[in-house]
Order: sequence, then structure tokens, then C-alpha cells
Amino acid sequence: MMHVVGAISIWALGFALNLRLANGPAHDTRAVRLAVPLIFGATLLAMWQLIVTGLNVPTVILPPPSQIAATFAANIALLWGDFVQTILKGALAGWVVGCGAAFLTALLVDRYDYLRRGLLPLGNFMAALPIVGTAPILVMWFGFGWQSKAAVVVLMVYFPMLVNTVAGLQETSAMQRDLMRTYAAGWRKTLIKLRLPAALPFIFNGLKITSTLALIGAIVAEFFGSPTQGLGFRISTSIGALDLGLVWSAILVSAITGTLVYGLVSLAERVTTFWHPSQRG
Amino acid sequence: MSDAPETRSRSTSGTLARWCPPVVAMILVVIGLWYVAVVPMNVQDTLTQAERAGVTISPESAVARRDLGNWALVLSNIDALGQSWSLDRPRLPAPHQVVAELYKSTWVEETTGRRGIVKSGSLSNRGLVYHTVVTLNATLLGFLIGSTLGILLAVGIVHSRVMDMSVMPWAIISQTIPIVALAPMIIVVLYSIGVQGLLPKAVISAYLSFFPVVVGMVKGLRSPDGMQMDLMRTYNAAPMTVLTKLRLPASVPYLFASLKIAIAASLVGAIVGELPVQKGGLGARMLAGSYYGQTAQIWAALFLAAGLAALLVWAIGAAERRTLRRMGAKP
Repeated sequence: MMHVVGAISIWALGFALNLRLANGPAHDTRAVRLAVPLIFGATLLAMWQLIVTGLNVPTVILPPPSQIAATFAANIALLWGDFVQTILKGALAGWVVGCGAAFLTALLVDRYDYLRRGLLPLGNFMAALPIVGTAPILVMWFGFGWQSKAAVVVLMVYFPMLVNTVAGLQETSAMQRDLMRTYAAGWRKTLIKLRLPAALPFIFNGLKITSTLALIGAIVAEFFGSPTQGLGFRISTSIGALDLGLVWSAILVSAITGTLVYGLVSLAERVTTFWHPSQRG
Repeated sequence: MSDAPETRSRSTSGTLARWCPPVVAMILVVIGLWYVAVVPMNVQDTLTQAERAGVTISPESAVARRDLGNWALVLSNIDALGQSWSLDRPRLPAPHQVVAELYKSTWVEETTGRRGIVKSGSLSNRGLVYHTVVTLNATLLGFLIGSTLGILLAVGIVHSRVMDMSVMPWAIISQTIPIVALAPMIIVVLYSIGVQGLLPKAVISAYLSFFPVVVGMVKGLRSPDGMQMDLMRTYNAAPMTVLTKLRLPASVPYLFASLKIAIAASLVGAIVGELPVQKGGLGARMLAGSYYGQTAQIWAALFLAAGLAALLVWAIGAAERRTLRRMGAKP
């Protein structure tokens, strides 16, 4: 009971603090903008810990954060192996191949209007489909290794990336293209100097969307068959053993990876599209 | 030089497009490639079948054939490939086999099957219609919960700076996390405390459809510009009035855009949610197909899931067009 009271008072404290900070005079400073979500997150974690231990929730239903942290720390070598298997081999290979193929197709599609009008509706349609469903078929074709996961990822990232890149390549205005024409710039020159830079914000948007999709594809494909390693394998087998601490640790690994990749793509975007209005403070 | 190829391609595509619309052409190309791909994918089984029927195959032993590339086998046994498109358990079924399986497991199963709706009065649990309905129920329930909560949270975020500053960064970060990884755990945990059936799957669907709606709605509710907000101020409008008369109507296009994403995500959530507990649904059907090597069954379930996704997104699109027209938007 003490724990629950403690949880409620911590929540009240955190909320009051955030209320003060958010409505105070300094609410636009960088520090406060960073502090408020952090306080919110920390409050949630503390409440989770106190309520789970206070109400004696069985750890097979919801383990407290402290136990997850302990399991994570104790299994770092195991989780690193899973990380290499799922992320570095499956997801990354598939992401690079899928995005590269989509980019080349987009160049082709952009060149020929007939292709564009044929492939774009199809690509838009495919991007909305539950492509995860192809995972059992691809696992059957390419075996249990990382190759089948990479194949699922390729299929999942291809269409969103294609649609985004094609939209980006269409982004230039008639005036800009006319200017390139007055310079007597050919298709290749126009592409490199004008249309690719103009397409970059769209390409980065595609990369951001597909980075999450790649993680999802690689993890879900492992539910259909995998070597005795990998995040999806760890999640499904640890659930079978009711080792929820390890399940949450695997989820933590995928969450950290997703956030990191997103951050890296955003950083690359800021460096390469510094001229774009959305990047200028 | 720069514009010449562009104009030429446009004029040729103009005549080409008249007798063959581009989308139709692309679909035909995909189907054609599929028929071609069936041959090398199934060549091993096809040759085994042909050998049993008495045809001589160029590498005699099955072991030698297994080590050879698929295309090499195709080229050295061109005459013995007639069975490629009609195998019983192909690695890659031909499109017409998938369509036949679809027809068999929907129409034939329901009208003539012992457990079909005609003979037993309820949908057959061996047919695809039953599994589609199971998945559709979970999808719609999850979508309803997720989008309602999403809209409510977005309204809260727009009206309270504390919520905006504390919740919004986490909502954006959560978009970068592969949430589907949580699905089996949510299912099993809810199952162990006695919640089963529709609700656990709907929870996953709701979770997946929640964040697109939050992010889209926050953008939409903030879309009225300063001039419009000032007008509301000169009317001395209460926050509630500003919400119902200005912010909500302004957010409708954003809402529908994110609802389309949300319902597709919701379907993915329902299908993935059916994987750990085999109690019906298209996901369970796919997994069962992969366990028993019934490839045509997987493909049929996949096609039905694709059709369902297309139908759901189309339905939202139709609702969007109707609503926007009634709100006076230009078509």
C-alpha cells in the first residue's frame, strides 16, 4: 500500500513540476524542452516500479523496470549476438538492398512517363498492404538464416521508398527546369545538380519510414523460423519460458536501435539538406 | 537535348496509353513474370514428377540435380517442364492455382462443404471467409479504440502545454520503435490472465493505429492560421467553441489521411496478433499453411489480406470524399 501511495505522490510531484516548467517564463528554452519529457518518462518508470512491486503483480505478467535492467545487464553478450543476427545481418542488408533497388527504379520510373503512371498507383497500393504476410513464404524459400529476413525487409521497404523517391524527383518547378535548360544541361546534369538535391527531403522521409519497417520485418520474419539467435527468436522463446525480463530486454534492444537509426538518419538529413526551409531554425 | 527525350517518351506513351492503360500493362507484366518465375522455382519437384512418369531427365540422380542451379536444370530439361504450373504442393504456385484455391476455400467450401454455411448454417472454420471475418473484427475494433483514443489525446495535447511538451516527444519516439515486437507478449500475457478472443488482437491493432492518428490530428488541430484564430478571439469564443467550430473542421483532411495509415497498420497488427495463439484468422491461416507446406493456402490468405487492406483503405477514402464534399471542399 505504501508503494502505491508513493507512486501517486511521485506522479503528483512530477506533474506539478512539469506544470511549473511548461507554464513558467522559461518554457521556450532548450533545457526545459528537454527536461519536461524526461521528467514525464522518469515519473512513468518510477510509477511502474512502485505499483508493480506494491501490488505484487506477478513478474510473468509485468516485471518491474529494475528487474528488466538487471536481466539486460546480465545478458548483454546474448543480446549482442541477437542484435548482430537480426539487425546487422537481416535488417541492415535488406534495408540497403531494398532502398537501393527502390532508388534505381525511381530513376527509371521518373524517366519514362508511361512507367510512372503504371507503377506509381501499384506502388501506392502495395505500400498499404500487409507485406509482413509474405514472411512465411520467404522463410520457406530462403531458409531459416538471415537471408530470408533480408528478403522480407527488401519487400517491406521497397514500395514506400519508391513512392517517396518518385514524389521527390517530381518536386522541381517548371521555372527551375527551364533554368537548367537555358544552361543547356542534359538529363544527367539536371538530375545531379537540380532534381536529386530537391528530392533529398523526400528520400530522407522515405529512409525514416523504412528504417522502422525494416526492424519490424526482420523481427516478425523470425517468428516463422530462425536459427537459435535473433531478437524475434529471443522474444518468442522467452515468452514460452515465461522469462518476461528477457522479452522486455529484447524489446529494449529493438527500441534503442530504432531510435538510434532514426537519429542517425535525421542527422544525415540535417547535414545534407541544411538549405531546406524545414531545417533552417 | 535535355527536353527532347522527355517529350518523345510522352508522345509515345500517349498512343501506347490509349490501347493499353499503364496500370493494366504493369499488372500484366507482373503476372507474366510470375508465370515465368514458377518454372525455375518448381523445377526440382517438376522433374521428380516427370521422372516418375517415365521421362528421362538429364542428370539422372536426384542428388546431382539438387546440387545443380535451377536455371541450368530448366535449360537442360526444356521438354519435361509441363507439370510446372499444376504441381500439388509447389514452392511457388502459379496465379491460376492461387485463384483456384481462393475459389475453393471461399465459394465451394461454403456452398457444398459439410461445414459450409449452406449445410450447417454457420461459416465453415475450414474456409477463408470465417478467418477473414475473425481478422476483420479484430481490425475494426482495434482501429475504433485506437483512433478514438488518438483523437482524444490530440485534443488534450493541443489544449495543454504540459501534455504537449511531455507526451509529444514520446509519441514521436514511439514511432521509431518496432512496436509489433510487443505483439506476442501482449497476446500471451493477456491470455494468461484470462483475457482471450478478440480483445488481445484488438489491443495490438489499437496500439499500432494510435500514434499515426495522434500525430496527424495534432497537426490538423493546429492547422488554422493566426488570422482565423484571431477572428475567433474577436468573437470572444470559448475554447470549446474554437474546438468545435474551427479546429475540428479544419483537421478533417488530416484526420482522414492518418486514418488511412491507421487502418492499414491496424490490419497488420491483427494479423501479427494471430500468430502466437492459433485461434483462427488470416495470420493463423498463413502460419498453418507454412507448417504443412500448403503454399497455395498461404498465398490465398495473403491475397485475401491484400484485398481486405485495399477495401478498408478504399472505404476510408470514400468516406473522406463524401465528408469533404459535404463540407464544401472543391472536388
